[in-house]
Amino acid sequence: MTDIVNDESQQDLVTLTIDGVEVKAPRNTMLIEVADQAGVSIPRFCYHKHLSVAANCRMCMVEVEKAPKPLPACATPVSEGMKVYTHSELALDAQKGTMEFLLINHPLDCPVCDQGGECELQDVAMGYGGDVSRFNERKRVVRDKNIGPLVSTDMTRCIHCTRCVRFGSEIAGVSELGATGRGEFMEIGTYVEKSLSSELSGNVIDLCPVGALNAKPSRMKARAWEMVEQSNISAHDSFGSNLIMHTLRNEVIRVVPEENAEVNETWISDRDRFSYEGMYSDNRLTQVMQKNDGEWQPSYWSDALHSIAQTLKQYDAEEIGFLVSPNQSNEEIYLTQKLARALEIKNIDHRVNQIDFEQQHADPAFPWLGQSIADVGKQDAILIIGSDLRSEQPMLAHKVRQANARGAKVFVVNPHYCKFHMPLSGHVVVKPQEWLAKIVGLLAELNNSSKHNVPSDLNMLLSTGKVDSDMAGIAKTLLNVEHSSVLIGNLMQLHYEYSSLRAISYWLSQLTESSFGYVSTASNSAGASLLGALPHRTVMSKTIDEPGMNYQQMIQSPRKVFVLLGLEPEWDCVLPTQTLKALQQAEVVIAINSFTTEGMREYCDWMLPIKCYAEAEGTKINMEGRWQSYFKVVDSDDEIKDGWKILRMLGAELELDGFDYVDIDDVRQEISQSLDNSFGFSNELPSLPKIEIKNWDEGIVFSTGAIPIYSIDSIVRNASSLKQAQDLDESVMMINSIDVEKHGLIEGKWVKVSQDEDSSIFKCVINNKIEPGTVYIPRGLPRSEKLGGVYAPVQLKNLSVA
Amino acid sequence: MSKIIPKELSAEVQEHVVDWLKRFPDDQKQSAVLGSLHAIQHEHGYLPVVQMDALAERLEMPAIAVYEVASFYSMFELEPVGKHTIAVCTNLSCILRGGEDVLNYIESKLNIKCGQSTADGKYYLKNEEECLAGCCGAPMMQVNHVYYENLTEAKVDEILDVLD
Repeated sequence: MTDIVNDESQQDLVTLTIDGVEVKAPRNTMLIEVADQAGVSIPRFCYHKHLSVAANCRMCMVEVEKAPKPLPACATPVSEGMKVYTHSELALDAQKGTMEFLLINHPLDCPVCDQGGECELQDVAMGYGGDVSRFNERKRVVRDKNIGPLVSTDMTRCIHCTRCVRFGSEIAGVSELGATGRGEFMEIGTYVEKSLSSELSGNVIDLCPVGALNAKPSRMKARAWEMVEQSNISAHDSFGSNLIMHTLRNEVIRVVPEENAEVNETWISDRDRFSYEGMYSDNRLTQVMQKNDGEWQPSYWSDALHSIAQTLKQYDAEEIGFLVSPNQSNEEIYLTQKLARALEIKNIDHRVNQIDFEQQHADPAFPWLGQSIADVGKQDAILIIGSDLRSEQPMLAHKVRQANARGAKVFVVNPHYCKFHMPLSGHVVVKPQEWLAKIVGLLAELNNSSKHNVPSDLNMLLSTGKVDSDMAGIAKTLLNVEHSSVLIGNLMQLHYEYSSLRAISYWLSQLTESSFGYVSTASNSAGASLLGALPHRTVMSKTIDEPGMNYQQMIQSPRKVFVLLGLEPEWDCVLPTQTLKALQQAEVVIAINSFTTEGMREYCDWMLPIKCYAEAEGTKINMEGRWQSYFKVVDSDDEIKDGWKILRMLGAELELDGFDYVDIDDVRQEISQSLDNSFGFSNELPSLPKIEIKNWDEGIVFSTGAIPIYSIDSIVRNASSLKQAQDLDESVMMINSIDVEKHGLIEGKWVKVSQDEDSSIFKCVINNKIEPGTVYIPRGLPRSEKLGGVYAPVQLKNLSVA
Repeated sequence: MSKIIPKELSAEVQEHVVDWLKRFPDDQKQSAVLGSLHAIQHEHGYLPVVQMDALAERLEMPAIAVYEVASFYSMFELEPVGKHTIAVCTNLSCILRGGEDVLNYIESKLNIKCGQSTADGKYYLKNEEECLAGCCGAPMMQVNHVYYENLTEAKVDEILDVLD
């Protein structure tokens, strides 16, 4: 006997038999779900466990005793004493009948169909289809649609299961595909020609049970049975989605989700699905390169390591700075800091998206979400402060949306307008210069009504707090619900008042008994913090007495030698111009990277090629503290080395102790030995900064902006299909019509945007969702690299004649 | 026919939308879509995409959901058509009483086929129309919103010729 018990409804169980086997299941569960868990297979097309029940394909017909006709198992709730036959004559007759109808209009082009060999329709037809068609009339033909660079269409093959349509409205939160027309003329499509805009759109490829929707970049590249599949994890955000990579002849052909109920369920973002193309970009660095008198020349690893070792020995430790990308693996980060510290180099940092380090001693051991990812979906209220969530964390945004669909109230307080795919209970857009005052107001409101108190140091500040009506509702909800969260995002970390904003947000969570969480952006921000790519902390967050320089200090008083690991500073750093200047001034710059950029060829002296994404193996820690391994799926050129090996060789060259690892497991073992209980999963903020609310002149315009979704790291930036999907005009600056008039700008014409001596030109586009007193300039792009920091005053000057 | 269609709903359509919205709860705004589409079609003769987009925004529903409704019902036109819409019933009762002859006569009289409009943009002959529940007066047709029953060739002439 099989017991199907879900935690939620343990009490109300019913007993039924499926094909003579007795099964217990919660009342009102759909029959197909019970059968699936009991291991009885019922054919289906439209049913999907994470989508609503449509019951429109009619393939899952089964016989239920006392029912006069066969019933669809996906839409029949189980009840006490039910007797179900899935393979009786009646059931089989219904299933075969449905199959025959479905095949009437489905082309028999399996040999040329990309789905062939892994097609649900093909599989089910093997079991339930006839060997000869009785249909002699002409089949229906449907014109293909162009729905963008990611998903290809062969709509004649569509069987109208509507999984893709339901996915849009229920999971992606953006309804783009629909069933237009009626009867024989019904078609799945977008009606008007448009590209799918959802950041999760690629999931319709997996959902489609036939070959109607397929991955466009992988089209006709391999047959399903030729490919080898291997597990991997996402390289782009700290959600850590589980992936399966399909490879053929040492090339990644496509990426699909690996089901993990606790993390990504059955979905992945488009960024995770299509970013593998970045590995095959022309910008890949494939050889050790050395600059000799301004000319780049290929070199040898032995020469490079020898020369770099000499450099590192030759300069004073204080004159050397290490900047590490928070996307690197635990092993790479651990070895980098080990190497630096063995040379007494203290200037090492991965926080290249931060400028306010005043309270770095109060940072948690690693930026933790404050709860598990699965718990996010169970919240009753979520306050997001400073995150363009859909773009930074598409999958976490899905989790928040899941909570919202369950009835959770979601509030957002952001320094610029960001699009959300769910009804928000409060959407406050505030100028970056007034952000602090705004949330201080919220804290003041809460302080009056909460049974908890803020530290006395804050009382003075709160007495000046001005409460806005739009914030009062947030306070009330957070106080009244049972499970609430305050999540702070990347946009806050970029801000010049990060310490203060974070402290106020933390106390918001404390007064409302909410969990407090960091939404860290990069795929291994957690590992980079925990394993000591920090100037003030070493492995396992152990404090260093005399901290080294942080990112901003290294840039502001430029070091003579820079070692960049996996970083493209002009696009990855919050202060692009200043960083570039510092690198140009430096005497030696060594980049260990998978790609080259124009900037890199200018400021670097050495470029060492490192394996990229699916070519390497390693571990990363996601936002909930989950330690996950990723694996080598394809080989790279011999010249391209593993990051950990480069660091080991460099350590050996420097004759440092403890760099005699044989394989990566040795490194991993050493890391796990250093693991102790000295850090906990805690986001407690032990100290308060001195918080002051500055008043800015009304006339000053501040820049705002976020990195576009497909420019977030070097792999994604080099992925061609994602680049097409981004469809972004890099030259556009968005501004409110009030400011256009005030500063004498002309819509559609060029504007010079300057910050001190830095400037860049942009096309002026009016968007009244942008707060007056701010301009929105997308970050991390060639044009914005010529500007200083985000959230800083800018001057605007019209360059065109009316 | 290449008239530029405004991106906003006209004041008159807006009024209709408000009127329809009154009949449904606040969280069921999409219920007003059918009535509102009628108002748009009445104004433009068909349903231009930009107008459907404007309606979608007004009713806070996805644009594709409006397209789905518009393309489902045969009373909605998705392309510009002639000014006067003629729908001849060719279902059972009408066909027994000569509905098909009526249709053939109109086709030859106007020199168009089913689903086409006359070159002068005056008449539009709808595609195969299903039963309009006027069986007692078969054969019948609907011209614009009016039913005409017990049709003969002479009667058809009389009805169509007076339209301007």
